[in-house]
Amino acid sequence: MSSSTEGEIVQFDNVGLRYGTDREVLSNVSFTLFLGGFYFLTGASGAGKTSLLKLLYLAQRPSRGAIRMFGADAITMPREHLPLLRRRIGVVFQEFRLVQHLSAFDNVALPLRVSGVAEREIAKPVADMLEWVGLADRMHALPAQLSGGEQQRVAIARAVIHRPEMLVADEPTGNVDPDMAVKLLRLFEALNRLGTTVVVATHDVHLLKRVPDSLIMRLDKGRLSDPTGALRYPPRVPRTRAELD
Amino acid sequence: MAFKLPSLPFGKSEAELIPQGRLSGPMLWVIAIMVALTVIAAAAGLAFSNTVRNASDALTGGVTVQIVNAQAGERDRQAQAALRALRTTPGVAEASLVSQHEIDRLIEPWLGAPAGGDAAIPVPALIDARMRDPVTGETLGALRRSLRTVAPSARVDAQSTWLEPVFGAIGTLRWLTLALVGVLGFALAAAVLLAVRNALGANRETIEIVHLLGGTDRQIARVFQRSIGFDAAGGGAIGLALGLVVVLLLGRQFGGLGAGLVSSGALGWSDWILLALVPVAGVALAMFTARQTVLRALKTML
Ligand SMILES: Nc1ncnc2c1ncn2[C@@H]1O[C@H](COP(=O)(O)OP(=O)(O)OP(=O)(O)O)[C@@H](O)[C@H]1O
Ligand SMILES: [Mg+2]
Repeated sequence: MSSSTEGEIVQFDNVGLRYGTDREVLSNVSFTLFLGGFYFLTGASGAGKTSLLKLLYLAQRPSRGAIRMFGADAITMPREHLPLLRRRIGVVFQEFRLVQHLSAFDNVALPLRVSGVAEREIAKPVADMLEWVGLADRMHALPAQLSGGEQQRVAIARAVIHRPEMLVADEPTGNVDPDMAVKLLRLFEALNRLGTTVVVATHDVHLLKRVPDSLIMRLDKGRLSDPTGALRYPPRVPRTRAELD
Repeated sequence: MAFKLPSLPFGKSEAELIPQGRLSGPMLWVIAIMVALTVIAAAAGLAFSNTVRNASDALTGGVTVQIVNAQAGERDRQAQAALRALRTTPGVAEASLVSQHEIDRLIEPWLGAPAGGDAAIPVPALIDARMRDPVTGETLGALRRSLRTVAPSARVDAQSTWLEPVFGAIGTLRWLTLALVGVLGFALAAAVLLAVRNALGANRETIEIVHLLGGTDRQIARVFQRSIGFDAAGGGAIGLALGLVVVLLLGRQFGGLGAGLVSSGALGWSDWILLALVPVAGVALAMFTARQTVLRALKTML
């Protein structure tokens, strides 16, 4: 098994996942993610993208294999240690998972409150973030009063508000129009430039072309293919990023 | 890697993580009723305790000597002799003859007013003696021996033996009220446990989300603890008020009886403080139960 090396933030080694006693939905998945990388995860519906991301955001333990995250063994780690790791990860869930009885504002503030940020330091960043995703005037609306696309933007705002070290987004542009999709992608890129490792699962092949320096992981019936060879282990020398704009 | 989590509150909106009103409502009243019943039971228990303690203090040193003789002259002679003997017996603090008037008053409820002159039913002469130390079988034996010669008709009894069955019953009642307080505490904990489990189920999705955003079990437990804590505080205050009203009314009713045994059970200031602590204990118990319930339930989640 590989040891943690500078710049490697996630390592999967021969990971398998099955729900209950069903067949494996992920088989022999091995890859390495590098600090500051921008990754797309593609694959047909049912290929196992969400399942792989669940392992990444520590919502699920694999049935077999080894996973290291932020230098720690994510398999043997006691569950009391999970919260601190999770606070370093921002997640956009495929089905948003907003807290239904909290307003858009309070949903976005949640990661800050969970990690104990003082209340007076919460209002402005949350308001700014909501304005950035175009929801300044919907701040006090409950999720049920928002459209699908608006809920998705709240979910994205919540995932990035605390500047996570890793952002995991499951179909983050599935419910928004193409212009908004591009805008949200630009948010991810801005975060990526600040050092956040970004993993985006999507069917949308147009999106892939929008981020020139991204790496693409393709899942096919639970198996990971590596069209660019970027995920091989040992990895190639960490790439330099072409300046955008 | 340092994994120690600082204990961080969610800020002022922590309580909003679970919808308000999910726990309150019925819970507040359940706690109010439990606290009221506990206050009443505890007050009764304390009163019984006081009765046993005060009354036995007054009675443990007491000895009654009856001179049972049908002939009035002989009875009086023996009574005087016994009185003299008692007053010189070591260990006797005081001894006095109960006056005929007093005896008449004591037996009147049973036998009716004395018929004047020669009583149809001869009544024994009574000597009320008080020992310096609590009366034991030995003390009684010694008294009996020293009186046998001067007053052959004397019957010596410790006063406490007369009331022993009453004390026995009151002692049992005291344990019963203690058990009742225990049962009420158990019922309160059970009610909190059910309410919290119910709320955990209803808020499962929210809890999962908070977990995935890095919330700890203890943070989530604190939300429930606080919610229950507010209910318990409100319910406890109402319950205490209700309980005290009942206790005061009962106290007045018993006070009206004017019987010595009842008034010896009157509550002292330390008893009232103890009663005031019942809702505090209720809040603590409710919050502790809520916390343990949440922490146990969350252990099964990732
Ligand atoms: N909780 C679960 N229990 C049982 N099977 C599951 C569960 N979640 C997913 N699966 C199965 O695992 C497989 C992969 O599902 P997954 O959600 O990872 O696919 P996906 O690539 O994200 O699909 P989509 O693009 O439609 O979101 C599917 O066959 C699905 O039926
Ligand atoms: Mg999916």
